[in-house]
Amino acid sequence: MNWTFFHKLGSPKWFYDISGKWLPWLQVISLVLIVVALVWGLAFSPSDYLQGNSYRIIFIHVPASFLAQSVYLMMATAAAVTLIWKIKLADMALKVMAPIGVSFCILSLVTGAIWGQPTWGTWWVWDARLTSMLILLFLYIGIIALRGAIHTTEAAAKACAILSLVGVVNIPIIKFSVDWWNTLHQGATLKLTEKPSMAPEMLWPLLLAIVGFYLFFMMVMVLRLRIEIISRERKTRWVKELVS
Amino acid sequence: MSNVDQQSMHGFSACLALIRRDLILAFRSPGQTINPMAFLLMVATLFPLGIAPDREVLSELSAGIIWIGALLAVLLSLDSLFKNDQDDGALDQLLMSPHPLPLLVLAKVFSHWLTSGFCLTLMAPLLAIMLHLPSDAFSPLMITLLLGTPVLSLAGAIGAALTVRVQRGGVLLTLLSLPLYLPVLIFATGAVNASIQNLPYTGHILWLSVFLILGICLAPLAIAGALRVINE
Repeated sequence: MNWTFFHKLGSPKWFYDISGKWLPWLQVISLVLIVVALVWGLAFSPSDYLQGNSYRIIFIHVPASFLAQSVYLMMATAAAVTLIWKIKLADMALKVMAPIGVSFCILSLVTGAIWGQPTWGTWWVWDARLTSMLILLFLYIGIIALRGAIHTTEAAAKACAILSLVGVVNIPIIKFSVDWWNTLHQGATLKLTEKPSMAPEMLWPLLLAIVGFYLFFMMVMVLRLRIEIISRERKTRWVKELVS
Repeated sequence: MSNVDQQSMHGFSACLALIRRDLILAFRSPGQTINPMAFLLMVATLFPLGIAPDREVLSELSAGIIWIGALLAVLLSLDSLFKNDQDDGALDQLLMSPHPLPLLVLAKVFSHWLTSGFCLTLMAPLLAIMLHLPSDAFSPLMITLLLGTPVLSLAGAIGAALTVRVQRGGVLLTLLSLPLYLPVLIFATGAVNASIQNLPYTGHILWLSVFLILGICLAPLAIAGALRVINE
């Protein structure tokens, strides 16, 4: 197999050029998908027979939770690439993804709380899912704080990569133990996503929203990554030519 | 004796020497060992003052109080795990030694546990009496502390290695380590509370042992990697 594309992908200049071409497409498609999904979900989907209209927050809550978790997995992948192949671009991706992951985590927790208030009658319960999302937020904040504390870029890159990998080993353990802890204390009464075979009129906008959120994430990541590339490669000739 | 055997023998004696050195250092500045114990005692004193001195309330909370106190005490002591060696250059010697770094790191973590987690475990019965822990729950408390505190040292040492070059890295170390400590806390207090309710707790103990085995196998690799990366 021809692996040259892999090394090309690792070159900041090449990525900067090619991502410039992706960017308008990502922007348009993600915007269209999110608008269509939200209008469909918020205005045209039937209301739930139990929860009424309050269920409609899932069109934001579920995609945000999906992303909060998968961004961490992507970060761990980028971390492995950083450590194994020492590709600079992977570390830049690791760096710019962390704040995005934090935002999705917070979005997921906040929308969950807003949904929980009318449905469960409380903003917060110490349910397994809520708790593991909160801990995921701590893991993200830890990585960002570690990068902020180490001043040399090289060492910060590798330290953050190691921490991300340690975190990804721990995520299943944390999830499992939190599940165990919760079922021990209060029984499985509250499950956030026990989907009783969702009606297609609700499922379709949800799927569209998830795809739209993923593309939105890609778009934001590419934007941030391009800025990071420019600032880290500012001493190279191509950036100087680009800016002048 | 083959060459490989000799190498591993040397590695083992290097570990012993390292443990001996760390223990001597700990004896010569006993504050490092006594401070976490005093901290745990004070935390345990704060709870009855802050919540209620009732026997019922305290006996329900005591397992959690002792465990959270022990966890924070271990965290406090971790800050100096690699920092002192970094300051006096011993860490560079460690990194340059021909023996496998994960093995040496494991020895360091072991001596750290002897001077922190193990001493806290020895102190636990006293706190259990003070906080009215039901007497049936004493042995699960001791077992969970014996199995759990080494995991705290192992997992926390990853954070300590990553922050060894950071000025005033204590808060950062807490931030990095606490998510890793959660499973231990959940299963340890779960075991003690289960025993108070006369429920079986073998499952919790087995899971804690799993964490310990996982920690012994994986954490030294991460710690060694972190130390190499930070000191490159």
